[in-house]
Amino acid sequence: MSIDNDTARRVAKLARIKVEEADLPALAGEFNAILGFVEQLNEVDVDGVEPMTSVTPMRLKRREDVVTDGDQQPQVLANAPDAREGFFAVPKVVE
Amino acid sequence: MSELNTLTIAEARDKLRGGEISSVELTEACLKATDEASALNAVVHSTAEIARAQAEAADARIKAGDAPSLCGIPLGIKDLFCTKGVESQAASGILEGFKPEYESTVTTQLFEAGAVMTGKLNMDEFAMGSSNETSVYGDAVNPWRLGDTKLTPGGSSGGSASAVAADLCLGATGTDTGGSIRQPAAFAGITGIKPTYGRVSRWGIIAFASSLDQAGPMTKSVRDAAIMLEAMCGHDPKDSTSADLAVPDFEAMLTGDIKGKVIGIPKEYHMEGMPEDIENLWAEGRAMLQDAGAELRDITLPHTKYALPAYYVVAPAEASSNLARYDGVRYGHRAKLAQGDGITEMYEKTRAEGFGDEVKRRVMVGTYVLSAGFYDAYYNRARRVRALIKKDFEDVFNAGVDAILTPATPSAAFPLGTKFDDPVQMYLNDVFTVTVNLAGLPGIAVPAGLDSDGLPLGLQLIGKPWEEGELLNVAQALESRAGFVAKPEKWW
Repeated sequence: MSIDNDTARRVAKLARIKVEEADLPALAGEFNAILGFVEQLNEVDVDGVEPMTSVTPMRLKRREDVVTDGDQQPQVLANAPDAREGFFAVPKVVE
Repeated sequence: MSELNTLTIAEARDKLRGGEISSVELTEACLKATDEASALNAVVHSTAEIARAQAEAADARIKAGDAPSLCGIPLGIKDLFCTKGVESQAASGILEGFKPEYESTVTTQLFEAGAVMTGKLNMDEFAMGSSNETSVYGDAVNPWRLGDTKLTPGGSSGGSASAVAADLCLGATGTDTGGSIRQPAAFAGITGIKPTYGRVSRWGIIAFASSLDQAGPMTKSVRDAAIMLEAMCGHDPKDSTSADLAVPDFEAMLTGDIKGKVIGIPKEYHMEGMPEDIENLWAEGRAMLQDAGAELRDITLPHTKYALPAYYVVAPAEASSNLARYDGVRYGHRAKLAQGDGITEMYEKTRAEGFGDEVKRRVMVGTYVLSAGFYDAYYNRARRVRALIKKDFEDVFNAGVDAILTPATPSAAFPLGTKFDDPVQMYLNDVFTVTVNLAGLPGIAVPAGLDSDGLPLGLQLIGKPWEEGELLNVAQALESRAGFVAKPEKWW
């Protein structure tokens, strides 16, 4: 499997990271190095092996479905790059 | 008496309780050492004011007869931990200026135990790296040098390793996703333990790969690691993967008696091209444990060679999901937008500017292996291989092995700025440590000797799940026989 510039461009788009056209060949090369390295996994016989989801065979804890936190609008917004009138502000999303 | 900042946690605790020294004096010694060590770039945000207030409070507690083990002990905190009102950036530009409104569970527990925070410590960006060279703060520097050549303190917890080895604090928090506590500990001649996955709450620790990340202490001795680990452990309802298990008194389990313990020696860890110094150190470690009464047994962990490739699928996949939250909306950096830019441009420009190259690379690799059509071929296959790696260890432990001895790293600390031809070369640093994260096991790096250049080398011990106490006991047996007392000569 070899990654070309088109694939690199598509992955960058999916990851929402702007990559200049001129940088795509180098990026594709790095992907190929890393993916080439992980190709070794194809040597392993994984028939009948379940994909691991959790390292400890432990049932996740559950709790009552009740509100435990809240009423902290100023704290929630304190680190926002742009907060106005109690909201996060972003560029126009809907035309 | 030597400088107070050179004390171990156990020594300082006893002197504090005995009224010989005060936490204020001890803290000032650490702050002074930190001021003088800017060349190491280990401490990236000083918290001197907080430290002084905490030290005074600790002295009052000790006077009142309430002195838990860490009461009045100055510690450094890796920048990955959220600390209320103090910069917590994961060494990334995308979290520029981020000051959390909350305190991580680990730091909350350390502060409740009376610990003093002297500063936030350098690291690789989002804990992605093995040399502390991906940090937005610049490289952290190892106090150990090779002539005049500056060396990496390892990564990602490079600032923690450098700060503890240079006596800027008595201990430090680290986190370990593929070796990020154990590799820097080995490079700097200190002790570092990654506990069993689930032992320490991940709440408030900036996430890299959630099924692998685990925090632990980096200290000057095994006893100190036991003391500090105990304060960090415990069930936390805010982390659903945190184990609801009692935390033993790890220090009390340091009996020094390992007679009859079975120590496994995995043949797959004899790497081609491994430096002779490391082969020799491993052989010496085997002899030391045998001398302590342990039985050595040759074992096999057949899937070892697939651990790094599996890791470099699983970890980027999880990172690409975790780092999706950095969107320029809720915290940190937002790119300046051009006329007509919409929300997609805001995301793309913000993430391009905010993330460093290694983080971008891993996020995109993760995106690729999770994308439609490749999920089964890469991600699910890696998770299946991961299950086999875990089974390798289970088989060995079920056959009666109590702990496993391996080298901690494939080399000593290397020069900063060493250019690797491709990213995979850097990844090979974690070849001995990454298996432990994939299997969720506890692992500890113990300084065990110097190489022919006079640089520290570490050995790793791997334990059974939830048996950190037993692991620390074996580690102490190794530590006492290795008798590692070397310190870097002060040049900074």
